[in-house]
Amino acid sequence: MNSIIRRSFYPIYNNTYKLTCRLLADAKINEKIDKIVKDNKVVVFMKGVPDAPRCGFSNAVVQIMRMHAVPYESHDVLADENLRQGIKDYSNWPTIPQVFINGEFVGGCDIMLQMHQSGELVEELKKVGIKSALLTADEAKKEENK
Amino acid sequence: MVYTEEYLKEKLTKELEAVHVEVVDESDGCGGKFVALIVSDKFQGKPLLARHRLVNSVLQEELKTIHAFTQKTLTVDQWKAQN
Repeated sequence: MNSIIRRSFYPIYNNTYKLTCRLLADAKINEKIDKIVKDNKVVVFMKGVPDAPRCGFSNAVVQIMRMHAVPYESHDVLADENLRQGIKDYSNWPTIPQVFINGEFVGGCDIMLQMHQSGELVEELKKVGIKSALLTADEAKKEENK
Repeated sequence: MVYTEEYLKEKLTKELEAVHVEVVDESDGCGGKFVALIVSDKFQGKPLLARHRLVNSVLQEELKTIHAFTQKTLTVDQWKAQN
């Protein structure tokens, strides 16, 4: 009798328990990410930290942000496995780095690079009240040339 | 599974009815890394993020194991203008 319970009931109970734990963990990280992106104008989920990126693509995003002198919140996915997977589920995007502006997912390194080159990034930053350092430099140059 | 340039190139060409596809394997110690240029009119009228998401959905399975994927998505007109 005991072995019947053990073999049929217990696995179902255990799996349901594991699944529930997983769902709860997923829900928690989801909420946490949601709060982070909604509380900050610009958020970058990256590998490493801005002073020490651990990946070329993350570094590229950090450098672009530096060029525009953008103040941003950064989160290291290598420091938190839950975050690393959670952010991919949250934005439905498979890779890191991930950039959020005004609570919305904007893209990864490729998109940031293309937006930087096309001037679109300056525009997007303006929309959230951030003036790009490149724009300031540009205006200063135009003043000089007058 | 380890993916080859040809495999990715074929899949992208087929699924996106692409006119031109280039895939370069830059895999290193970090893992599978690919750089792709995709020219297709399926990108017409779509903003950058939507284009990249389209490519991502085509390569959904593959991207589970590929470590890094860099993509450039152009419409036929944009590509001709570049050349």
